[in-house]
Amino acid sequence: MTDVAAHAATSPRFKDNAKAALADADLQNALKFVEVNFIARRREVADKLPEFEALRDSARDIKDHTLAHLDLYLEAYEKRVVAHGGHVHYAVTGEDAQRIILDICRKLGARTVTKGKSMVAEEIGLNDFLAANGVTPIETDLGEYIIQLRHEMPSHIIAPAVHLTKAQIESDFRRVHTHLPANRNLVEPVSLLAEARGVLREKFLAADVGITGANFLVAETGASVIVTNEGNGDLTQTLPRAHVVLASIEKLVPTLEDLSQLLRVLARSATGQEMSVYTTLSAGPRRPGDPDGPSEYHVVLLDNGRSSMLAGPFRDMLRCIRCGACMNHCPIYHAVGGHAYGWVYPGPMGAVLTPSLIGIDKAGHLPNASTFCGRCEEVCPVRIPLPRMMRTWREREFEQHLSPATVRAGLAFWGFFARRPRLYGIATAMAAWLLARAGRARGRFSWLPFASGWTRHRDFPAPQGGTFQAQWNRERGRLARTLSAPASEAGLGRRTRRDARAPGPP
Amino acid sequence: MTARELVLATIRRSLGVTGAEATRQLEVATRLAGHPQGVVPQRGQLPPAARLDLFAGMVKAAAGTVERMADPADIPAAVAAFLRAHNLAPAIRHGADPLLASMPWERAGTLEIRHGAADGSDLAAVSHAFAAVAETGTLVLTSGADNPTTLNFLPDVHIVVVSAPDVASDFETVMARLRSRFGAGAMPRTVNMITGPSRSADIEQTLILGAHGPRKLHVIVVGEP
Repeated sequence: MTDVAAHAATSPRFKDNAKAALADADLQNALKFVEVNFIARRREVADKLPEFEALRDSARDIKDHTLAHLDLYLEAYEKRVVAHGGHVHYAVTGEDAQRIILDICRKLGARTVTKGKSMVAEEIGLNDFLAANGVTPIETDLGEYIIQLRHEMPSHIIAPAVHLTKAQIESDFRRVHTHLPANRNLVEPVSLLAEARGVLREKFLAADVGITGANFLVAETGASVIVTNEGNGDLTQTLPRAHVVLASIEKLVPTLEDLSQLLRVLARSATGQEMSVYTTLSAGPRRPGDPDGPSEYHVVLLDNGRSSMLAGPFRDMLRCIRCGACMNHCPIYHAVGGHAYGWVYPGPMGAVLTPSLIGIDKAGHLPNASTFCGRCEEVCPVRIPLPRMMRTWREREFEQHLSPATVRAGLAFWGFFARRPRLYGIATAMAAWLLARAGRARGRFSWLPFASGWTRHRDFPAPQGGTFQAQWNRERGRLARTLSAPASEAGLGRRTRRDARAPGPP
Repeated sequence: MTARELVLATIRRSLGVTGAEATRQLEVATRLAGHPQGVVPQRGQLPPAARLDLFAGMVKAAAGTVERMADPADIPAAVAAFLRAHNLAPAIRHGADPLLASMPWERAGTLEIRHGAADGSDLAAVSHAFAAVAETGTLVLTSGADNPTTLNFLPDVHIVVVSAPDVASDFETVMARLRSRFGAGAMPRTVNMITGPSRSADIEQTLILGAHGPRKLHVIVVGEP
């Protein structure tokens, strides 16, 4: 874990971040689009492909196989890159990767670098580092360009500016693009896009070095693969003198056939497209006779803690292909957006990955920011058990005595009763009876002692009657009697009628 | 210890291996050499005519346009007609591709033709695809002097010619063709898979065509399947 990466994290202030996010009207307006668009589009395109679920299994198995043989696939990949005339650099930490990339830029005398969208570059804080060392980085993905103008982090791993409304973007463009007429019309998204296209076109043609991430690295051919819709990544890596690929080590896949499997689940899970517009495989620099393309090709392979994650309970997280489906389906993300998570990776995948990368002491709130509804795991294209891993982080946080005193006291109080089932039954029955009586008139409470965290924002429903345990015991006894008695239609009918009258759980 | 050695050593410690295990090495070598297929969707597994229909439908679904013709000699006139229909100047650029070079471009009337890589000033480019994938309406282009990569991204309009027999059912078929054309483990510098014209949905998730790449993608399928 790098200090560079960790110093910018506001994850320790997640609760304050979340409160601010809930009160931010612009953010709440922008977030509406996430829930409406991403979920429906994914559903529609997944339904059109009968093999989609089988492909998810296949994608999971490919990543598992690769991770179990990662050392060997890295070696095979490296051999192919070198055979194509490319250079491979290993970086243990984010600082190592920063230094390697700066060295490449300096050797070429680079003044400006264009950048394709790369979450790993965000992870290592590459832009700030390059700028501080005299190299100007220019983000070229529209969303990344917008947030670079605002000096913000991405709030979503595939839609970095998803937290902004078009009015906010218009005002940023007017603030920065002062060389353009002040009275121009920028009301529609299409005119905003046209303006960014014009501004960035000049930057593409002038850049000395192009830096992209990689969605995949193919061991068989030594190819880096980028998947984009805009074409900015391709201009970034084709026009300058050098192309630098910054990728973390878990991006490896063995073969082109394996790549085909993963591509089929990536775009569908991410944006609900059958395929993203541009899927580009690149291997090495310009070949003899090539009229275009970079003269130098470098791959920086970043570890930054991932090799250690291979041991232990978070290995499955390394299957992640960064589609964003987990955050698109997350009720917490819908409510607070990506910035509240306080670092590079938001949503459920961030709640698991961030503690691994910057430490559970800083990111302890993130795995707690979950309703455990399980939708993230349901939609994950590589079937990462995200809720289970969030639970594991919670356990670690507790074991390391990092959880707040009130939580620990509450758990100790509950634990005292939970270890004494008879006492637990009596206590909960009394509590349910009391609450049922006290709340009989309104059926709900707007205030309860020790529960203000809940009741400040919503009512607490009054219990309907007995506890779940009591109902369970009653039902189980009845079921046992029914099963042991000779099965008669009358008996079954009576049971059904009685159940229909019984009050259901709240 | 170099960074490379450190990363590999940590991976091996985490996995509980040394890297020298013959069974692991064999498993990796076998997979790389045998490149087994995974799940291949039924969608594209169609007889040639139906496969072309699927391809055309998928290109259109991705906001591209498609035109079909039997005789390659009709391509120049089709290119000129497309430019005229969209009020574009009669000028194109293409690479040294043998099929494109052999076109009777004089039939296209006053069409200005430039050759080689794009320089940022071209409005329309014509490329010849290595292959296409019916499953998703994807074009597959390979870099080189024949079809320079910059032609795929810098011009406003990209017109791509694909031979009907090169339209494959699925990605796996194209991967096998790449392998047999360029050799196992080898590939051209760049393979561009293109599905529709450039777009962005980064502003309020409103889909807009023509982000940084071409605003229009026109596909000409030529010949009989």
